[in-house]
Amino acid sequence: MTTAPPVPAPDAALARRPGSVRFLWLLVVVALLAALMAASVAVGSRGVGWSEIVAALGGSSETIGEAAVTKRIPRTLLAVLVGAALGLAGAVMQGVTRNPLADPGVLGINMGASLAVVTGIAFFGLFSATSIVWTAIVGAALAAVFVYAVGSLGRGGPTPLKLALAGTATSAALLSFVTAIALPRGDITESIQSWEIGGVGGATFDSISTVVPFLVVGFGISLLSARSLNSLALGDELAAGLGERVALARGLAALGSVLLCGAATAVAGPIWFVGLVVPHLCRLLVGVDHRWLLPFTALTGACLLTASDVVGRIVARPSELDVGIITALIGAPFFIAIVRRQKVREL
Amino acid sequence: MTAVAAPPTATVDEVARNRVRRASRRRTVITVLGVLVVAVFAVTLMVGQTFYPPGDVLRVVFGQEVPGASFTVGRLRLPRAVLAVVAGLSFGLAGVTFQTMLRNPLASPDVIGITSGAGAAAAFAIVLLGWSGTTVSVTAIVAALAVAVLIYGLAYKGGVAGTRLILIGIGVGAMARSITSWVLSKAGAWDFAEALRWLTGSLNGATWALTVPALVALVVLAPVLLALTRELGALQLGDDTASALGIRVERTRVVAIVAAVGLLAFATAACGPIAFVSFLAGPIAARIVGPNGSLLVPAALVGALLVLVADLVGQFALGTRYPVGVVTGVLGAPYLIYLIVRTNRAGGSL
Repeated sequence: MTTAPPVPAPDAALARRPGSVRFLWLLVVVALLAALMAASVAVGSRGVGWSEIVAALGGSSETIGEAAVTKRIPRTLLAVLVGAALGLAGAVMQGVTRNPLADPGVLGINMGASLAVVTGIAFFGLFSATSIVWTAIVGAALAAVFVYAVGSLGRGGPTPLKLALAGTATSAALLSFVTAIALPRGDITESIQSWEIGGVGGATFDSISTVVPFLVVGFGISLLSARSLNSLALGDELAAGLGERVALARGLAALGSVLLCGAATAVAGPIWFVGLVVPHLCRLLVGVDHRWLLPFTALTGACLLTASDVVGRIVARPSELDVGIITALIGAPFFIAIVRRQKVREL
Repeated sequence: MTAVAAPPTATVDEVARNRVRRASRRRTVITVLGVLVVAVFAVTLMVGQTFYPPGDVLRVVFGQEVPGASFTVGRLRLPRAVLAVVAGLSFGLAGVTFQTMLRNPLASPDVIGITSGAGAAAAFAIVLLGWSGTTVSVTAIVAALAVAVLIYGLAYKGGVAGTRLILIGIGVGAMARSITSWVLSKAGAWDFAEALRWLTGSLNGATWALTVPALVALVVLAPVLLALTRELGALQLGDDTASALGIRVERTRVVAIVAAVGLLAFATAACGPIAFVSFLAGPIAARIVGPNGSLLVPAALVGALLVLVADLVGQFALGTRYPVGVVTGVLGAPYLIYLIVRTNRAGGSL
């Protein structure tokens, strides 16, 4: 009886990518992001020449072409920031809940931010950008805590099915409150509608500078929690055995992701599925080590949202397609594919 | 010998007595619900800007000319009230069918994306194609069926597991909603209001032309579902148990889905997806009836009652006139949340 040679588990190969492969992918993603940012500045419903682009980047806005490019710069910047925030928030959320379907949209966190902002506009006369960001973050946090608490009641803890159902049902419930508040208030319908549809099209440097402090704190907390997310991935008991303070680590990481997606929602409206697609894609590229995964999801998220924005401008010329619609159309089939791959037992 | 035989006889008697008691409770509940539906229906016909006494209303209903009342009651209130009842019955019946079949009270058609699909198609037809009336209804019906087929097909992997169906429905629903919000972003002010009707549900546009197709669908499809009562009850025990009991699981499921989606689609085409009615009717009926047999009929009656009452509230009880879907949504949302909490804690089904 000779012992059979040990068969390497396919997952192990996937989880441990050699450093050189990761580094290669890092270069590829950074180059891709640079190319997409250039495309986002250059491409739009109005064609512009290279000379105009160069002039506009130099600060000139004399011709119409240069003015168009000048408007595209903050927009590109916002797409990059929001995409990075959502991608990273999704990865952290999936790590914290140990749940492949976690996403700010699926878990109803976006809708919590929506209801908070609409309530603020309708009843408390909130119009300043900073107060809207704070309101959105508080709403997002409340929704996140609520959905997670409800989804983890009962047998088996927070299974993907229970979390997704709790999130969707909560979204539906919150949406009907949003409608009830917005419908009779003709005076504010327009500002609510424009916020609700969102997107990055209306970006200005002012609106960006309002959310940047929140995003910076969110990025910091999330990236620092990479190590504890790695231990949490082993299960709560093992993580505690490794010296991790499980509740604290989980709470901090969740705070980071709520800050990120609350701020992103406040400035760009509810955007679905970026936080779902990006982490899964990145795990295929660099494996499951959160120290690599988290920065990667930020970069890839930025790529995805910038690309969606550019595509939205190209396919619907001369008008444009909102970036949230493109990401949902890309993301929903992806969501379905993940569900189909899971075994029923694990749902 | 007699001493040994006696206890089982007593137990059988007890079981039989319990069964009779439960059946009579079910009958009582159904009767009370039916009477309530008729009463609220009558109130809806009488109350409004001007009040008409029951005598006038009855004469109009039986086709006599009554000055003033003939127009207000016959042309405005009657189609609206009939549509409310028909839509409520359809939503209630379809919703409880899905919930029973998928063994999860949260798996109603509004959550798993079928109504979102119908709504997206209707908004698309109104805003971008400039259609109106019957063509919009047909579009909504075709879209609801197509979405149901799509969800079923995507969830099929050597048989359909309920959990997979629900999650895939959530994904498809998200896609449909993003299409709707894209369409709405292109809408002018008038179209926007019209299209919003397709998102929340409203009886304001009720006419006989809209009501009759929904009524016909109800008359044709409701018996199909009622005939499946026994099979649906067995499906609630789990697919394996059901097939051990001699139920053809896949066939039952396909027939039930087609009939329920048909009901939903025709009702949605007439008045939009009235929020949460198909979701709430089943669980409320379950609370009232208790574990006493099929929920199909009680849930349908609860649905009709919900729509009638919510429409009365939306029209007269509040300062502004709200469409019925907003009222059911706001009333339904807290109950929905309570229900999720309770379901998850118990880990059980309906």
